[in-house]
Amino acid sequence: MSSEMKGAFEYLEHTADAKFRAYGTTLEQAFENAALAMLNVMVDTSSVTNSSSVDFELSSPEIDNLLFDWLSEILYLFEVEEMVFGSVEINKLDVSDEGCSLSATLSGETIDHSIHVFDTEVKAATYNEMRIEKTDDGWMIQATVDT
Amino acid sequence: MSEENENSVYDILTKVNDNTWEVPGNFKPGMKVPGRILVSKTLLDLLEKDTIDQVANVACLPGIQKYSMAMPDAHPGYGFSIGGVAAFDKHEGVISPGGVGFDINCGVRLIRSNLTEGDVRPKLTELLDALFEAIPSGVGSKSRMKVNDAELGDIFVHGVQWAVKNGYGVQKDLDHCESNGMMPGADPSKVSIKARKRGRPQVGTLGSGNHFLEVQYVDKIYDEEAAEAFGLKEGQITFMIHCGSRGAGHQVCTDHLQVLTQASKKYKIALPDKQLACAPAQSEEAQDYFKAMICAANYAWVNRQVIMHWSREVFDSFFKAEHGDLGLDLVYDVAHNVAKLEKHIIDGEEKEVYVHRKGATRAFPAGHPEVPDDYRSIGQPVIIPGSMGTASYVLKGCPAAMELTFGSACHGAGRVMSRKSAKHELRGEEIQKELKAQGIIVRATQPSLIAEEAPEVYKSSSDVVDVVHNLGIATKVARVLPMGVVKG
Repeated sequence: MSSEMKGAFEYLEHTADAKFRAYGTTLEQAFENAALAMLNVMVDTSSVTNSSSVDFELSSPEIDNLLFDWLSEILYLFEVEEMVFGSVEINKLDVSDEGCSLSATLSGETIDHSIHVFDTEVKAATYNEMRIEKTDDGWMIQATVDT
Repeated sequence: MSEENENSVYDILTKVNDNTWEVPGNFKPGMKVPGRILVSKTLLDLLEKDTIDQVANVACLPGIQKYSMAMPDAHPGYGFSIGGVAAFDKHEGVISPGGVGFDINCGVRLIRSNLTEGDVRPKLTELLDALFEAIPSGVGSKSRMKVNDAELGDIFVHGVQWAVKNGYGVQKDLDHCESNGMMPGADPSKVSIKARKRGRPQVGTLGSGNHFLEVQYVDKIYDEEAAEAFGLKEGQITFMIHCGSRGAGHQVCTDHLQVLTQASKKYKIALPDKQLACAPAQSEEAQDYFKAMICAANYAWVNRQVIMHWSREVFDSFFKAEHGDLGLDLVYDVAHNVAKLEKHIIDGEEKEVYVHRKGATRAFPAGHPEVPDDYRSIGQPVIIPGSMGTASYVLKGCPAAMELTFGSACHGAGRVMSRKSAKHELRGEEIQKELKAQGIIVRATQPSLIAEEAPEVYKSSSDVVDVVHNLGIATKVARVLPMGVVKG
């Protein structure tokens, strides 16, 4: 969990699951760091070579739904593409009263158990104590994932 | 922790009896019924305030009957607490994925044998290695079999019947599965393509987290008559499988949680917590979730059935030549994350209710039509796994369960320490060594996974079981001790 030290995200105490806060000067960056926080529960993302990528788009009614969809989509791609991701990039994020959307690129490589040391499996994203807040320094996202 | 609890938990709860504490109906605005938390004084000291808040939140949902309940192993979850039980009126109530959880029909099965501890102990290391090899486990594990889309649809609808028809088990396995391993009412069209994609390669995989396959022996019998009916005796080898519906179930919950989040707004249901998203029980949104949930539940029963089948093959390869038929019969399989439409007596009248059990085991008493014929005069076997390296219990469902808990009991030991703290404070290799000194062998893909499920991070399973035993919800039949664990 090397990235935890850089101030991008931190893990909080939770009895059964993984709870974290992710930070960013922009909402895009906070979303990216939330994804990295979740991915690092499963595997040290610094061990991943980002040799191939997956692009996708999402749209959701509200910002909290979009965060839930964002984390859920990454878990889905991890499982069905059998890929581990070391880098996440939000290319575009729109938030309005009519709805929210994003387009993103995940980079990584095919899972190789001789290189990637897996830790706790994340089953799903949750809405539990989810917070998306504007701060003096930018944005803070709090989320809990089911492990 | 306990000092803080002295001030908060005790101030909130009212004692009903030594093992029952009430969350008063005025604890939170909007509570429609009081809460009931079934804990002894010892377990109350370990209770987190968040658990009480979650019990109170569930009490706010429309159509809830009698009490919002938490079993003795309760700890904070999302929406419902883990160990949460609630029943909602078939017409006036709601259905909520938060009352089932992401791992739909996570559950446990116990298999007995004709082998004794003495037969297995000398070959234990090799047996564990072979089981670890045969049963895929860990993050992203893929099955030895891959089903196509048509087969997956059959699994969703027919559950264990599909497995037995395809050579994974025998007819009598069906009789000893809750709901005969096939809940009726599945509709695969309500399961997304994403959930199907995740489900296809994972039939017959343990997964990760607290899931396991354990080789055990019966060390104590409490109830001779019931033990005989369940085919259990002292010194006998058993094995236990704990896992659920894997990615298919997680995706079903994820997909429908989003639909029900919108539906809660549409039906103007005031939610004390977003994770309690729900819809009126007979609405299209709620029924779509329920039909998809049944698909995932049936998938989970097949998952445990296939793992049992491969485990039987491994046992046979080790012991059949010497011992002949090993009598590897399924004692019973229970779900502990599921919602079901059941009949219960409420205020003297029989009513149909959607019982949500999230980290709680069904515990029907003797005489109930859903208890298998050969156990009908005894009660349903209730299987309570201990944490890694500690005792598991077999109980029998009793009449008080129908009066007090909508036919439900606890489901395990219940965590007290987070995975994060466990990994920080405990070292997997050392725990593995300590367990080995006690004669327990553990196989896992990573040592850190052993740390996060170490015995120290759980409440004592015997404290938890004592509560349901003393309340007469489910009484002790046998205790089994671990010899070897394949950790998910």
